[in-house]
Amino acid sequence: MKKVIEGIAYVLGNDVDTDQIIPAEHLVYSLSDPEERKNYGKFALSGVPGEQAGLPDGNTPFTENEQCESKYSIIIGGRNFGCGSSREHAPACMEIAGVQAVVAESYARIFYRNSVDGGFFIPFESAKLLTAEVKTGDSLTIDLQANTLTNQSSGKTYELKSLGEVIDIIEAGDIFEYARKTGMIPSA
Amino acid sequence: MGMTITEKILAAHAGKEQVQPGDNIWVDVDVLMTHDVCGPGTFSIFKKQFGENAKVWDRDKVVIIPDHFVFTKDTHANRNIEILRQFVKEQSLPHYFDVGTDNYKGVCHLALAQEGFNRPGDVLFGTDSHTSTSGAFGMFSTGIGNTDAAFILGTGKIWVKVPESMCFEFTGTFPEHVMAKDVILSVIGDIGVDGATYRAMEWRGDAVMKLSMEERMTLCNMAIEAGGKNGIIEADDVTLDYVKQRTDAPYKVYHSDDDAKYFFKKTYNASEMEPVVAKPHSPDNKAKVSECVDVKLDRAYIGSCTGGKITDFIAAARLLKGKKVKIDTFIVPATREVEQDLYKEKIGGESLMDIFKSSGAYLGEPSCAACLGGPKDTFGRATDNQVVISTTNRNFPGRMGSKQSQVYLASPYTAAASALTGHITNPAEFINN
Repeated sequence: MKKVIEGIAYVLGNDVDTDQIIPAEHLVYSLSDPEERKNYGKFALSGVPGEQAGLPDGNTPFTENEQCESKYSIIIGGRNFGCGSSREHAPACMEIAGVQAVVAESYARIFYRNSVDGGFFIPFESAKLLTAEVKTGDSLTIDLQANTLTNQSSGKTYELKSLGEVIDIIEAGDIFEYARKTGMIPSA
Repeated sequence: MGMTITEKILAAHAGKEQVQPGDNIWVDVDVLMTHDVCGPGTFSIFKKQFGENAKVWDRDKVVIIPDHFVFTKDTHANRNIEILRQFVKEQSLPHYFDVGTDNYKGVCHLALAQEGFNRPGDVLFGTDSHTSTSGAFGMFSTGIGNTDAAFILGTGKIWVKVPESMCFEFTGTFPEHVMAKDVILSVIGDIGVDGATYRAMEWRGDAVMKLSMEERMTLCNMAIEAGGKNGIIEADDVTLDYVKQRTDAPYKVYHSDDDAKYFFKKTYNASEMEPVVAKPHSPDNKAKVSECVDVKLDRAYIGSCTGGKITDFIAAARLLKGKKVKIDTFIVPATREVEQDLYKEKIGGESLMDIFKSSGAYLGEPSCAACLGGPKDTFGRATDNQVVISTTNRNFPGRMGSKQSQVYLASPYTAAASALTGHITNPAEFINN
């Protein structure tokens, strides 16, 4: 597991649901085909309403000009991030677009679980709401040992909650690696 | 210490005498369900992790139900159904309900019930958030992603954090014009879209136990819209009658102990419940129907796992009989069985099918259809800035296909009453006259 994650912030509001993260019409692409799966990066967060896309200004697309990668690799969210459907395409599309971490005040259960068990990125919980503290485009550093997020653009540092009981799965990589490490399933 | 029904079922499937909320346990899975949207991804992870020639842990416990993007020209969507067929063939899976055959069912959550896969006391996982529906049968059921589903396919086990339980008790009897949909929308409005996150939503009380299995399914179906892990209702004679008509498989009836601990308990007087809607763009944006009568509508949609069951159409037909709809009205039975019942069920000698056709409504094929937007050629898909009243489960931005559209979630009674007037309308006006 990395000790430090650095990236540019993309800020969203509360209750970002999985239809905003990846609208259902795009759920037809293969997640395993190396070329076809790039479509998920292209359409990641494409369902977010314009005024909510890249706060505080809004109307900032997450990916541009049909690109399947985003320049934003740390998502800042509010409450109940990832609510709605169980589609694993939601954390997957964010990873395909290059997301390394999400920092939200709270998560919907299935999205959180999918992020951890699938090893797509690390879902951090912030000790307080950060959506007004960080602007889209700010440079951020997450220190995994100190459990902090520093906004290099403002110089302020914020506390993150401990990853708690899921840290073993995150450190292993995903649920399969964790199960192999603990002898639940035979090593490959 | 006493346990809730959810805790008892999870304990039994983890081989433990006792579990407590917060415990992380490995449970044995009785049924794994997947569909056309998440099946292909699940199978590729399964093969990658367990080997190209690996076999699923138990063929009899895997149920595959294409239902999401079924009647479409979208080549990728059709390719995904082909992947399901291929996997079913490779693995010789007995429980597959293929598109274009007599065996096609439709929406997975209702198909699970109708085909006898919902059995009291069981643990069922599905790659769909509305898998919570099955909890209406006194079982534990919840939605998972592809990775967890692939893990179950290979091992028959999955880790679960035992949820705290919330108890929603309804005493008395619901008014005639109030449906389970109004009840769940009221509760979500009370506690919010994250009000039950990580928790079990247990429904109790004589008003709940007077409901049909279909109405109970509606209550459990939308637990996820409050963030809930599962919805659950203890099995009774109504449950067992339904189950025994559809399967000979064993089951076990669990009850919550009198001294079980609940995170939250609230008792409602059922007779005081009113028809409500969830306004755009969130299922917890509750308003009484009587407060929204000025909202003009472009279309009405009656369908989905939440609002496309036979009881939902009986309710709608009761209001539409002998009348014409004023706005485009889409009728989408959840499953083939519901569709067949539209011909069998009659009101005043007229079949529901004839009532809907005479009213000017459009009839669609059984599937998820426009509940989640879907490919561009999906039946009933919202376009532009349409204002829709819908018996479905979510109204987040863009959910029914257009980011500019506005979706009001409502009961089948309210949707039908509103279809007749063109604005949001209290069904009591039609029922009581």
